[in-house]
Amino acid sequence: MARVDTGQPGTKEEGFRPAIEVSDLWAGYDGRTALEGVTLTIEEGCLAGLVGPNGSGKSTLLRVILGLHRPQRGKVRLFGQKIDRARRLLGYMPQVELVDWGFPASAFDVVMMGRYGRLGLLRRPGRRDREVVWRSLEQVRMTDLSQRQIGELSAGQQRRVLIARTLAQEPRILLLDEPFTGLDAAAQHDLLDLFNEVRAAGKTLLVATHDLSCVAAAFDHAACLNRKIIAFGEPHAIFTEEILNATFQTHLLLVNVEGKTYVSYQ
Amino acid sequence: MSAISDLTAYLTDPWASEFMVRSLLALVMVSIVCAVMGSFVVVKGMAFIGDALAHASFGGVAAAFVLGGSIYLGAAIAAILTSLGIVFVSRRAGLRFDTAIGVLFVGAFALGILIVSRQEGYIVDLFSFVFGNVLGVGQDDLLLIAAIGATVLVLVAVFYKELLFTAYDPAMAAASGLPVAAMQYGLLGLIALTIVISLKAVGIVLVVAMLVTPAATAQLLVRRLHLIMVVGAGIGVVSSVVGLYLSYHADVAASAAVVLTATVFFLVTFLLSPRRGVIGLRRPSILTKAEESYGSPR
Repeated sequence: MARVDTGQPGTKEEGFRPAIEVSDLWAGYDGRTALEGVTLTIEEGCLAGLVGPNGSGKSTLLRVILGLHRPQRGKVRLFGQKIDRARRLLGYMPQVELVDWGFPASAFDVVMMGRYGRLGLLRRPGRRDREVVWRSLEQVRMTDLSQRQIGELSAGQQRRVLIARTLAQEPRILLLDEPFTGLDAAAQHDLLDLFNEVRAAGKTLLVATHDLSCVAAAFDHAACLNRKIIAFGEPHAIFTEEILNATFQTHLLLVNVEGKTYVSYQ
Repeated sequence: MSAISDLTAYLTDPWASEFMVRSLLALVMVSIVCAVMGSFVVVKGMAFIGDALAHASFGGVAAAFVLGGSIYLGAAIAAILTSLGIVFVSRRAGLRFDTAIGVLFVGAFALGILIVSRQEGYIVDLFSFVFGNVLGVGQDDLLLIAAIGATVLVLVAVFYKELLFTAYDPAMAAASGLPVAAMQYGLLGLIALTIVISLKAVGIVLVVAMLVTPAATAQLLVRRLHLIMVVGAGIGVVSSVVGLYLSYHADVAASAAVVLTATVFFLVTFLLSPRRGVIGLRRPSILTKAEESYGSPR
Protein backbone atom coordinates (compact mmCIF):
# COMPACT_ATOMS: atom_id res chain seq x y z
CA MET A 1 0.00 0.00 0.00
CA ALA A 2 1.50 3.26 -1.11
CA ARG A 3 0.35 6.00 1.15
CA VAL A 4 0.96 9.36 -0.43
CA ASP A 5 1.29 12.19 2.00
CA THR A 6 1.58 15.56 0.36
CA GLY A 7 2.38 17.33 3.60
CA GLN A 8 -0.31 19.87 2.81
CA PRO A 9 -2.86 20.34 5.56
CA GLY A 10 -5.50 21.29 2.97
CA THR A 11 -8.71 22.62 4.46
CA LYS A 12 -8.50 20.39 7.50
CA GLU A 13 -7.21 21.57 10.83
CA GLU A 14 -4.75 19.69 12.96
CA GLY A 15 -6.07 17.14 15.45
CA PHE A 16 -8.90 15.79 13.32
CA ARG A 17 -11.24 13.13 14.60
CA PRO A 18 -11.50 9.89 12.68
CA ALA A 19 -15.10 9.28 11.54
CA ILE A 20 -14.54 5.91 9.89
CA GLU A 21 -11.72 3.57 10.88
CA VAL A 22 -11.29 0.31 9.03
CA SER A 23 -8.41 -1.92 10.00
CA ASP A 24 -7.11 -5.09 8.35
CA LEU A 25 -10.50 -5.92 6.86
CA TRP A 26 -10.95 -9.17 4.95
CA ALA A 27 -14.27 -10.00 3.35
CA GLY A 28 -15.62 -12.09 0.50
CA TYR A 29 -18.45 -14.14 -0.96
CA ASP A 30 -18.41 -17.93 -1.29
CA GLY A 31 -14.67 -18.29 -0.85
CA ARG A 32 -13.84 -15.49 -3.28
CA THR A 33 -12.20 -12.60 -1.48
CA ALA A 34 -13.37 -9.10 -2.30
CA LEU A 35 -11.34 -7.23 0.30
CA GLU A 36 -7.83 -8.26 1.35
CA GLY A 37 -6.57 -6.48 4.41
CA VAL A 38 -8.11 -3.07 3.87
CA THR A 39 -7.03 -0.37 6.32
CA LEU A 40 -8.49 3.08 5.93
CA THR A 41 -9.21 6.13 8.06
CA ILE A 42 -11.63 8.84 6.98
CA GLU A 43 -11.57 11.98 9.06
CA GLU A 44 -14.62 13.88 10.22
CA GLY A 45 -15.98 16.56 7.91
CA CYS A 46 -14.23 15.10 4.91
CA LEU A 47 -15.56 14.44 1.41
CA ALA A 48 -13.74 11.24 0.54
CA GLY A 49 -13.86 9.19 -2.62
CA LEU A 50 -13.52 5.45 -2.84
CA VAL A 51 -12.36 4.77 -6.37
CA GLY A 52 -11.70 1.55 -8.19
CA PRO A 53 -12.97 -0.50 -11.13
CA ASN A 54 -16.07 -2.71 -11.04
CA GLY A 55 -15.50 -5.66 -8.75
CA SER A 56 -12.76 -3.88 -6.80
CA GLY A 57 -14.68 -4.25 -3.55
CA LYS A 58 -16.10 -0.73 -3.24
CA SER A 59 -19.66 -1.87 -2.62
CA THR A 60 -18.48 -4.69 -0.37
CA LEU A 61 -16.56 -2.23 1.79
CA LEU A 62 -19.65 -0.01 2.08
CA ARG A 63 -21.79 -3.06 2.90
CA VAL A 64 -19.38 -4.12 5.65
CA ILE A 65 -19.37 -0.62 7.14
CA LEU A 66 -23.19 -0.68 7.06
CA GLY A 67 -23.29 -4.03 8.83
CA LEU A 68 -24.96 -5.70 5.83
CA HIS A 69 -22.04 -8.03 5.17
CA ARG A 70 -20.03 -9.86 7.82
CA PRO A 71 -16.27 -9.58 7.33
CA GLN A 72 -14.02 -12.61 7.76
CA ARG A 73 -11.52 -10.59 9.71
CA GLY A 74 -10.74 -7.06 10.75
CA LYS A 75 -12.73 -4.34 12.43
CA VAL A 76 -14.68 -1.21 11.64
CA ARG A 77 -15.19 1.69 14.04
CA LEU A 78 -17.43 4.71 13.50
CA PHE A 79 -16.41 7.56 15.77
CA GLY A 80 -14.76 4.88 17.89
CA GLN A 81 -17.91 2.77 18.22
CA LYS A 82 -18.70 -0.69 16.90
CA ILE A 83 -21.03 -0.65 13.90
CA ASP A 84 -23.99 -2.32 15.59
CA ARG A 85 -24.05 0.47 18.16
CA ALA A 86 -23.41 3.20 15.61
CA ARG A 87 -26.07 2.39 13.01
CA ARG A 88 -27.82 5.71 13.56
CA LEU A 89 -24.68 7.62 12.68
CA LEU A 90 -24.90 6.30 9.15
CA GLY A 91 -26.84 7.34 6.09
CA TYR A 92 -26.74 5.16 3.01
CA MET A 93 -27.57 5.59 -0.65
CA PRO A 94 -27.54 2.33 -2.66
CA GLN A 95 -26.65 2.09 -6.33
CA VAL A 96 -29.47 3.45 -8.50
CA GLU A 97 -29.58 0.18 -10.44
CA LEU A 98 -30.84 -1.46 -7.25
CA VAL A 99 -33.71 1.01 -6.84
CA ASP A 100 -37.16 0.07 -8.14
CA TRP A 101 -38.20 3.24 -9.95
CA GLY A 102 -41.58 1.86 -10.98
CA PHE A 103 -42.58 1.48 -7.32
CA PRO A 104 -45.76 3.37 -6.48
CA ALA A 105 -44.28 5.90 -4.08
CA SER A 106 -43.91 9.68 -4.20
CA ALA A 107 -40.62 11.51 -3.66
CA PHE A 108 -41.93 12.43 -0.21
CA ASP A 109 -42.69 8.77 0.61
CA VAL A 110 -39.18 7.71 -0.41
CA VAL A 111 -37.50 10.41 1.69
CA MET A 112 -39.73 9.46 4.63
CA MET A 113 -38.28 5.94 4.45
CA GLY A 114 -35.05 7.54 5.66
CA ARG A 115 -36.84 8.05 8.98
CA TYR A 116 -38.00 4.44 9.40
CA GLY A 117 -34.74 3.20 10.90
CA ARG A 118 -34.93 5.78 13.70
CA LEU A 119 -38.63 5.15 14.25
CA GLY A 120 -38.13 1.44 14.82
CA LEU A 121 -40.95 -1.12 14.70
CA LEU A 122 -44.57 -0.09 15.19
CA ARG A 123 -44.01 3.69 15.65
CA ARG A 124 -45.55 5.86 12.96
CA PRO A 125 -43.95 8.98 11.49
CA GLY A 126 -44.84 12.08 13.48
CA ARG A 127 -44.61 15.82 12.97
CA ARG A 128 -40.87 15.97 13.57
CA ASP A 129 -40.29 13.25 10.98
CA ARG A 130 -42.30 15.20 8.43
CA GLU A 131 -40.29 18.32 9.26
CA VAL A 132 -37.01 16.49 8.76
CA VAL A 133 -38.25 15.07 5.44
CA TRP A 134 -39.31 18.52 4.28
CA ARG A 135 -35.98 20.05 5.30
CA SER A 136 -34.13 17.31 3.44
CA LEU A 137 -36.23 17.94 0.34
CA GLU A 138 -35.48 21.65 0.64
CA GLN A 139 -31.79 20.95 0.88
CA VAL A 140 -31.83 19.09 -2.44
CA ARG A 141 -34.33 21.60 -3.92
CA MET A 142 -37.02 19.03 -4.53
CA THR A 143 -39.95 20.43 -2.52
CA ASP A 144 -41.85 21.38 -5.68
CA LEU A 145 -41.83 17.81 -6.92
CA SER A 146 -42.37 16.08 -3.59
CA GLN A 147 -45.70 14.54 -4.62
CA ARG A 148 -44.44 13.18 -7.94
CA GLN A 149 -44.16 9.45 -8.38
CA ILE A 150 -40.44 8.68 -8.34
CA GLY A 151 -40.49 7.12 -11.81
CA GLU A 152 -41.74 10.41 -13.28
CA LEU A 153 -38.63 12.33 -12.19
CA SER A 154 -35.53 12.90 -14.29
CA ALA A 155 -32.36 10.96 -13.50
CA GLY A 156 -30.83 13.97 -11.73
CA GLN A 157 -34.00 14.55 -9.70
CA GLN A 158 -34.18 10.88 -8.76
CA ARG A 159 -30.63 11.08 -7.50
CA ARG A 160 -31.46 14.15 -5.42
CA VAL A 161 -34.42 12.29 -3.87
CA LEU A 162 -32.12 9.43 -2.85
CA ILE A 163 -29.68 11.92 -1.33
CA ALA A 164 -32.55 13.61 0.52
CA ARG A 165 -33.52 10.20 1.91
CA THR A 166 -29.94 9.76 3.11
CA LEU A 167 -30.06 13.22 4.74
CA ALA A 168 -33.40 12.40 6.38
CA GLN A 169 -31.61 9.67 8.29
CA GLU A 170 -29.86 12.57 10.09
CA PRO A 171 -26.52 10.84 9.74
CA ARG A 172 -23.09 12.09 10.70
CA ILE A 173 -21.56 9.86 8.05
CA LEU A 174 -23.01 9.43 4.55
CA LEU A 175 -22.08 6.37 2.50
CA LEU A 176 -23.00 6.84 -1.16
CA ASP A 177 -22.66 4.10 -3.76
CA GLU A 178 -22.02 5.38 -7.31
CA PRO A 179 -24.02 8.62 -7.07
CA PHE A 180 -22.70 10.04 -10.35
CA THR A 181 -23.55 7.14 -12.65
CA GLY A 182 -25.75 8.05 -15.59
CA LEU A 183 -25.89 11.80 -14.85
CA ASP A 184 -24.94 14.43 -17.39
CA ALA A 185 -22.22 16.99 -16.57
CA ALA A 186 -24.66 19.61 -15.26
CA ALA A 187 -26.37 17.15 -12.92
CA GLN A 188 -22.99 15.88 -11.70
CA HIS A 189 -21.98 19.46 -10.97
CA ASP A 190 -25.21 20.01 -8.99
CA LEU A 191 -24.47 16.91 -7.00
CA LEU A 192 -20.94 18.05 -6.18
CA ASP A 193 -22.31 21.40 -4.97
CA LEU A 194 -24.74 19.52 -2.76
CA PHE A 195 -21.93 17.36 -1.34
CA ASN A 196 -20.00 20.52 -0.51
CA GLU A 197 -23.03 21.91 1.35
CA VAL A 198 -23.41 18.69 3.29
CA ARG A 199 -19.73 18.68 4.17
CA ALA A 200 -19.96 22.33 5.23
CA ALA A 201 -22.64 21.23 7.70
CA GLY A 202 -19.95 19.11 9.38
CA LYS A 203 -20.90 15.73 7.93
CA THR A 204 -18.51 13.12 6.61
CA LEU A 205 -19.06 11.64 3.15
CA LEU A 206 -17.58 8.47 1.74
CA VAL A 207 -18.49 8.13 -1.94
CA ALA A 208 -17.82 4.97 -3.92
CA THR A 209 -17.38 5.86 -7.58
CA HIS A 210 -15.39 5.12 -10.67
CA ASP A 211 -15.81 8.69 -11.83
CA LEU A 212 -12.32 10.02 -11.29
CA SER A 213 -12.93 13.47 -12.71
CA CYS A 214 -15.59 14.28 -10.11
CA VAL A 215 -13.26 13.10 -7.35
CA ALA A 216 -10.35 15.05 -8.79
CA ALA A 217 -12.45 18.19 -9.10
CA ALA A 218 -13.95 18.44 -5.65
CA PHE A 219 -12.96 15.77 -3.12
CA ASP A 220 -10.68 16.20 -0.09
CA HIS A 221 -9.34 12.69 -0.13
CA ALA A 222 -9.48 9.59 -2.26
CA ALA A 223 -8.72 5.96 -1.60
CA CYS A 224 -7.76 3.85 -4.59
CA LEU A 225 -9.17 0.37 -4.00
CA ASN A 226 -8.62 -2.83 -5.84
CA ARG A 227 -9.24 -5.43 -3.15
CA LYS A 228 -6.40 -3.71 -1.32
CA ILE A 229 -5.92 0.01 -0.74
CA ILE A 230 -3.48 0.96 -3.50
CA ALA A 231 -3.15 4.55 -2.33
CA PHE A 232 -4.80 7.08 -0.08
CA GLY A 233 -4.40 10.84 -0.07
CA GLU A 234 -5.48 14.04 -1.76
CA PRO A 235 -6.72 13.30 -5.28
CA HIS A 236 -4.25 15.53 -7.11
CA ALA A 237 -1.42 13.83 -5.28
CA ILE A 238 -2.43 10.22 -5.77
CA PHE A 239 -4.06 10.35 -9.19
CA THR A 240 -0.83 9.51 -10.94
CA GLU A 241 -0.58 7.29 -13.96
CA GLU A 242 1.27 4.67 -11.95
CA ILE A 243 -1.24 4.46 -9.10
CA LEU A 244 -4.28 4.59 -11.36
CA ASN A 245 -2.87 1.92 -13.65
CA ALA A 246 -2.27 -0.26 -10.61
CA THR A 247 -5.85 0.39 -9.45
CA PHE A 248 -7.74 0.07 -12.72
CA GLN A 249 -5.26 -2.23 -14.45
CA THR A 250 -5.90 -0.48 -17.71
CA HIS A 251 -4.30 2.45 -19.45
CA LEU A 252 -5.41 5.84 -18.21
CA LEU A 253 -4.98 9.30 -19.60
CA LEU A 254 -4.29 12.11 -17.16
CA VAL A 255 -4.57 15.76 -18.03
CA ASN A 256 -3.41 18.50 -15.69
CA VAL A 257 -4.99 21.88 -16.34
CA GLU A 258 -4.39 24.81 -14.00
CA GLY A 259 -3.80 22.68 -10.97
CA LYS A 260 -6.80 20.42 -11.62
CA THR A 261 -6.38 16.86 -12.69
CA TYR A 262 -8.67 15.55 -15.41
CA VAL A 263 -8.87 11.88 -15.99
CA SER A 264 -10.19 9.69 -18.73
CA TYR A 265 -9.84 6.00 -19.19
CA GLN A 266 -10.44 3.29 -21.77
CA MET B 1 -93.47 2.96 -13.16
CA SER B 2 -93.26 -0.68 -14.03
CA ALA B 3 -89.79 -0.15 -15.50
CA ILE B 4 -88.64 1.16 -12.15
CA SER B 5 -90.23 -1.67 -10.22
CA ASP B 6 -88.68 -4.11 -12.71
CA LEU B 7 -85.31 -2.56 -12.05
CA THR B 8 -85.89 -2.64 -8.30
CA ALA B 9 -86.84 -6.27 -8.54
CA TYR B 10 -83.80 -6.98 -10.69
CA LEU B 11 -81.57 -5.41 -8.06
CA THR B 12 -83.23 -6.74 -4.92
CA ASP B 13 -84.33 -10.24 -5.96
CA PRO B 14 -80.95 -11.90 -5.51
CA TRP B 15 -80.68 -10.86 -1.88
CA ALA B 16 -83.93 -12.52 -0.89
CA SER B 17 -82.14 -15.79 -0.42
CA GLU B 18 -79.77 -16.19 2.48
CA PHE B 19 -77.06 -18.03 0.53
CA MET B 20 -76.79 -15.09 -1.88
CA VAL B 21 -76.26 -12.69 1.01
CA ARG B 22 -73.63 -15.00 2.47
CA SER B 23 -71.96 -15.19 -0.95
CA LEU B 24 -71.91 -11.43 -1.20
CA LEU B 25 -70.42 -11.02 2.27
CA ALA B 26 -67.76 -13.64 1.55
CA LEU B 27 -66.82 -12.11 -1.80
CA VAL B 28 -66.70 -8.56 -0.41
CA MET B 29 -64.38 -9.60 2.42
CA VAL B 30 -62.22 -11.76 0.19
CA SER B 31 -61.90 -9.10 -2.50
CA ILE B 32 -60.84 -6.45 0.04
CA VAL B 33 -58.13 -8.66 1.57
CA CYS B 34 -57.06 -9.86 -1.89
CA ALA B 35 -56.71 -6.29 -3.19
CA VAL B 36 -54.59 -5.24 -0.20
CA MET B 37 -52.21 -8.20 -0.47
CA GLY B 38 -52.49 -8.09 -4.25
CA SER B 39 -51.00 -4.60 -4.20
CA PHE B 40 -47.76 -6.09 -2.93
CA VAL B 41 -48.07 -8.96 -5.41
CA VAL B 42 -48.49 -6.59 -8.36
CA VAL B 43 -45.89 -4.08 -7.27
CA LYS B 44 -43.25 -6.72 -6.58
CA GLY B 45 -44.05 -8.90 -9.59
CA MET B 46 -45.10 -11.84 -7.42
CA ALA B 47 -48.08 -13.03 -9.49
CA PHE B 48 -46.41 -16.36 -10.19
CA ILE B 49 -45.85 -17.04 -6.50
CA GLY B 50 -49.49 -16.16 -5.80
CA ASP B 51 -50.62 -18.67 -8.39
CA ALA B 52 -48.13 -21.23 -7.07
CA LEU B 53 -49.30 -20.96 -3.46
CA ALA B 54 -52.92 -21.34 -4.56
CA HIS B 55 -52.13 -24.53 -6.47
CA ALA B 56 -49.87 -25.86 -3.72
CA SER B 57 -52.69 -25.47 -1.21
CA PHE B 58 -54.57 -28.16 -3.15
CA GLY B 59 -52.19 -30.74 -1.71
CA GLY B 60 -53.23 -29.67 1.78
CA VAL B 61 -56.92 -29.51 0.87
CA ALA B 62 -56.80 -33.08 -0.47
CA ALA B 63 -54.85 -34.40 2.53
CA ALA B 64 -57.21 -32.71 5.00
CA PHE B 65 -60.18 -34.07 3.06
CA VAL B 66 -58.91 -37.65 3.27
CA LEU B 67 -57.78 -37.37 6.87
CA GLY B 68 -61.01 -35.62 7.85
CA GLY B 69 -59.29 -32.52 9.21
CA SER B 70 -60.06 -28.86 8.59
CA ILE B 71 -59.71 -28.10 4.91
CA TYR B 72 -58.68 -24.51 5.67
CA LEU B 73 -55.98 -25.69 8.07
CA GLY B 74 -54.70 -28.18 5.48
CA ALA B 75 -54.61 -25.50 2.80
CA ALA B 76 -52.82 -23.06 5.12
CA ILE B 77 -50.20 -25.62 6.13
CA ALA B 78 -49.54 -26.62 2.51
CA ALA B 79 -49.33 -23.01 1.29
CA ILE B 80 -47.06 -21.87 4.12
CA LEU B 81 -44.79 -24.94 3.88
CA THR B 82 -44.50 -24.42 0.13
CA SER B 83 -43.63 -20.74 0.50
CA LEU B 84 -40.97 -21.52 3.12
CA GLY B 85 -39.70 -24.35 0.92
CA ILE B 86 -39.44 -22.04 -2.08
CA VAL B 87 -37.26 -19.56 -0.21
CA PHE B 88 -35.19 -22.32 1.42
CA VAL B 89 -34.55 -24.30 -1.77
CA SER B 90 -33.74 -21.27 -3.89
CA ARG B 91 -31.24 -20.05 -1.30
CA ARG B 92 -29.59 -23.40 -0.57
CA ALA B 93 -29.48 -24.78 -4.08
CA GLY B 94 -28.66 -21.44 -5.66
CA LEU B 95 -31.64 -21.84 -8.00
CA ARG B 96 -33.52 -18.92 -9.43
CA PHE B 97 -36.59 -18.07 -7.42
CA ASP B 98 -39.06 -18.87 -10.20
CA THR B 99 -37.40 -22.24 -10.81
CA ALA B 100 -37.86 -23.20 -7.16
CA ILE B 101 -41.48 -22.04 -7.37
CA GLY B 102 -42.07 -24.10 -10.52
CA VAL B 103 -40.62 -27.26 -8.97
CA LEU B 104 -42.34 -27.08 -5.60
CA PHE B 105 -45.85 -25.92 -6.40
CA VAL B 106 -46.44 -28.47 -9.12
CA GLY B 107 -45.10 -31.09 -6.73
CA ALA B 108 -47.59 -30.08 -4.05
CA PHE B 109 -50.41 -29.90 -6.58
CA ALA B 110 -49.53 -33.34 -7.95
CA LEU B 111 -49.56 -34.71 -4.41
CA GLY B 112 -53.12 -33.41 -4.11
CA ILE B 113 -54.14 -35.15 -7.34
CA LEU B 114 -52.45 -38.35 -6.20
CA ILE B 115 -54.37 -38.33 -2.92
CA VAL B 116 -57.65 -37.56 -4.66
CA SER B 117 -57.12 -40.29 -7.25
CA ARG B 118 -57.29 -42.89 -4.44
CA GLN B 119 -60.67 -41.59 -3.33
CA GLU B 120 -64.03 -42.67 -4.63
CA GLY B 121 -66.96 -40.29 -4.49
CA TYR B 122 -66.98 -36.89 -2.76
CA ILE B 123 -64.85 -35.61 -5.62
CA VAL B 124 -67.41 -32.94 -6.47
CA ASP B 125 -67.12 -31.51 -2.96
CA LEU B 126 -63.35 -31.37 -3.25
CA PHE B 127 -63.43 -29.71 -6.60
CA SER B 128 -65.48 -26.85 -5.20
CA PHE B 129 -62.12 -25.71 -3.85
CA VAL B 130 -60.54 -25.94 -7.28
CA PHE B 131 -63.15 -23.90 -9.13
CA GLY B 132 -64.71 -22.14 -6.16
CA ASN B 133 -68.27 -22.47 -4.91
CA VAL B 134 -69.21 -19.19 -3.33
CA LEU B 135 -72.88 -20.11 -3.21
CA GLY B 136 -71.94 -22.94 -0.87
CA VAL B 137 -70.29 -20.66 1.69
CA GLY B 138 -71.71 -21.37 5.13
CA GLN B 139 -71.91 -19.43 8.37
CA ASP B 140 -68.72 -21.01 9.70
CA ASP B 141 -66.88 -20.22 6.44
CA LEU B 142 -67.94 -16.59 6.80
CA LEU B 143 -66.68 -16.38 10.36
CA LEU B 144 -63.36 -17.88 9.36
CA ILE B 145 -62.95 -15.52 6.41
CA ALA B 146 -63.80 -12.57 8.66
CA ALA B 147 -61.39 -13.60 11.42
CA ILE B 148 -58.39 -14.41 9.22
CA GLY B 149 -59.09 -11.53 6.83
CA ALA B 150 -59.22 -9.06 9.72
CA THR B 151 -55.98 -10.50 11.10
CA VAL B 152 -54.25 -10.05 7.75
CA LEU B 153 -55.49 -6.46 7.40
CA VAL B 154 -54.50 -5.54 10.97
CA LEU B 155 -50.99 -6.98 10.46
CA VAL B 156 -50.58 -5.04 7.22
CA ALA B 157 -51.71 -1.84 8.96
CA VAL B 158 -49.39 -2.38 11.92
CA PHE B 159 -46.35 -3.29 9.84
CA TYR B 160 -47.18 -1.13 6.81
CA LYS B 161 -44.07 1.02 7.16
CA GLU B 162 -41.80 -2.03 7.34
CA LEU B 163 -43.56 -3.91 4.53
CA LEU B 164 -43.40 -0.83 2.31
CA PHE B 165 -39.72 -0.21 2.98
CA THR B 166 -38.77 -3.87 2.54
CA ALA B 167 -40.72 -4.14 -0.69
CA TYR B 168 -39.21 -0.95 -2.07
CA ASP B 169 -35.59 -1.20 -1.01
CA PRO B 170 -34.58 -4.25 1.03
CA ALA B 171 -30.88 -3.31 1.15
CA MET B 172 -31.49 0.06 2.69
CA ALA B 173 -34.22 -1.32 4.95
CA ALA B 174 -31.68 -3.81 6.30
CA ALA B 175 -29.08 -1.06 6.67
CA SER B 176 -31.63 0.90 8.71
CA GLY B 177 -31.96 -2.02 11.09
CA LEU B 178 -35.39 -3.27 10.00
CA PRO B 179 -35.99 -7.04 10.19
CA VAL B 180 -36.02 -7.55 6.42
CA ALA B 181 -35.96 -11.37 6.33
CA ALA B 182 -38.85 -11.57 8.80
CA MET B 183 -40.83 -9.09 6.70
CA GLN B 184 -40.20 -11.04 3.48
CA TYR B 185 -41.28 -14.34 5.05
CA GLY B 186 -44.16 -12.52 6.72
CA LEU B 187 -45.35 -11.11 3.41
CA LEU B 188 -45.39 -14.59 1.88
CA GLY B 189 -47.25 -15.89 4.93
CA LEU B 190 -49.91 -13.18 4.63
CA ILE B 191 -50.33 -13.93 0.91
CA ALA B 192 -50.72 -17.62 1.79
CA LEU B 193 -53.43 -16.82 4.37
CA THR B 194 -55.21 -14.58 1.86
CA ILE B 195 -55.28 -17.41 -0.65
CA VAL B 196 -56.59 -19.84 1.95
CA ILE B 197 -59.60 -17.69 2.84
CA SER B 198 -60.31 -17.14 -0.86
CA LEU B 199 -60.40 -20.84 -1.77
CA LYS B 200 -64.05 -21.53 -1.01
CA ALA B 201 -65.24 -18.28 -2.58
CA VAL B 202 -63.22 -18.18 -5.80
CA GLY B 203 -61.22 -21.40 -5.95
CA ILE B 204 -57.63 -22.32 -6.58
CA VAL B 205 -57.63 -21.64 -10.29
CA LEU B 206 -59.17 -18.18 -10.09
CA VAL B 207 -57.74 -16.82 -6.84
CA VAL B 208 -54.71 -15.33 -8.54
CA ALA B 209 -57.06 -13.15 -10.58
CA MET B 210 -58.59 -11.73 -7.38
CA LEU B 211 -55.08 -11.01 -6.11
CA VAL B 212 -53.76 -9.45 -9.28
CA THR B 213 -56.54 -7.95 -11.40
CA PRO B 214 -58.10 -5.32 -9.06
CA ALA B 215 -54.68 -4.17 -7.83
CA ALA B 216 -53.33 -4.04 -11.38
CA THR B 217 -56.34 -1.96 -12.44
CA ALA B 218 -55.75 0.38 -9.52
CA GLN B 219 -52.10 0.72 -10.47
CA LEU B 220 -53.21 2.19 -13.80
CA LEU B 221 -55.13 4.87 -11.92
CA VAL B 222 -53.16 5.83 -8.81
CA ARG B 223 -49.50 5.94 -7.88
CA ARG B 224 -49.06 5.36 -4.19
CA LEU B 225 -49.13 1.92 -2.60
CA HIS B 226 -51.84 2.68 -0.04
CA LEU B 227 -54.04 4.22 -2.73
CA ILE B 228 -53.60 1.13 -4.90
CA MET B 229 -54.86 -0.89 -1.93
CA VAL B 230 -57.92 1.31 -1.41
CA VAL B 231 -58.87 1.69 -5.08
CA GLY B 232 -58.12 -2.00 -5.72
CA ALA B 233 -60.40 -2.99 -2.84
CA GLY B 234 -63.14 -0.79 -4.32
CA ILE B 235 -62.77 -2.40 -7.73
CA GLY B 236 -62.78 -5.84 -6.13
CA VAL B 237 -65.98 -5.13 -4.19
CA VAL B 238 -67.78 -3.68 -7.22
CA SER B 239 -66.66 -6.67 -9.32
CA SER B 240 -68.05 -8.99 -6.65
CA VAL B 241 -71.44 -7.30 -6.63
CA VAL B 242 -71.70 -7.07 -10.42
CA GLY B 243 -70.44 -10.64 -10.80
CA LEU B 244 -73.04 -11.96 -8.37
CA TYR B 245 -75.85 -10.18 -10.24
CA LEU B 246 -74.62 -11.72 -13.48
CA SER B 247 -74.39 -15.10 -11.84
CA TYR B 248 -77.93 -14.84 -10.47
CA HIS B 249 -79.68 -13.45 -13.52
CA ALA B 250 -77.72 -15.25 -16.25
CA ASP B 251 -77.31 -18.42 -14.21
CA VAL B 252 -73.52 -18.68 -14.64
CA ALA B 253 -70.76 -19.68 -12.21
CA ALA B 254 -70.36 -16.91 -9.63
CA SER B 255 -66.58 -16.95 -9.19
CA ALA B 256 -65.99 -16.89 -12.94
CA ALA B 257 -68.50 -14.02 -13.33
CA VAL B 258 -66.73 -12.01 -10.61
CA VAL B 259 -63.30 -12.61 -12.11
CA LEU B 260 -64.47 -11.75 -15.62
CA THR B 261 -66.09 -8.55 -14.35
CA ALA B 262 -62.78 -7.57 -12.78
CA THR B 263 -61.03 -8.42 -16.04
CA VAL B 264 -63.42 -6.16 -17.97
CA PHE B 265 -62.73 -3.36 -15.49
CA PHE B 266 -59.04 -3.84 -16.12
CA LEU B 267 -59.39 -3.80 -19.90
CA VAL B 268 -61.62 -0.73 -19.89
CA THR B 269 -59.23 1.10 -17.55
CA PHE B 270 -56.29 0.03 -19.68
CA LEU B 271 -57.97 1.45 -22.79
CA LEU B 272 -59.10 4.69 -21.17
CA SER B 273 -56.43 5.39 -18.55
CA PRO B 274 -55.08 8.91 -19.01
CA ARG B 275 -51.66 7.85 -17.78
CA ARG B 276 -50.80 4.56 -19.34
CA GLY B 277 -53.81 3.63 -21.38
CA VAL B 278 -53.95 3.01 -25.08
CA ILE B 279 -56.14 6.05 -25.68
CA GLY B 280 -54.11 8.41 -23.52
CA LEU B 281 -51.52 9.96 -25.78
CA ARG B 282 -48.69 10.28 -23.31
CA ARG B 283 -45.99 7.68 -23.55
CA PRO B 284 -45.65 5.42 -20.52
CA SER B 285 -43.53 7.65 -18.36
CA ILE B 286 -41.90 4.98 -16.22
CA LEU B 287 -40.34 3.35 -19.23
CA THR B 288 -38.98 6.58 -20.65
CA LYS B 289 -37.55 7.65 -17.30
CA ALA B 290 -35.91 4.29 -16.82
CA GLU B 291 -34.34 4.62 -20.23
CA GLU B 292 -33.16 8.08 -19.30
CA SER B 293 -31.52 7.07 -16.07
CA TYR B 294 -29.74 4.03 -17.44
CA GLY B 295 -29.25 4.91 -21.07
CA SER B 296 -27.74 8.36 -20.96
CA PRO B 297 -24.12 8.63 -22.05
CA ARG B 298 -21.46 8.88 -19.42
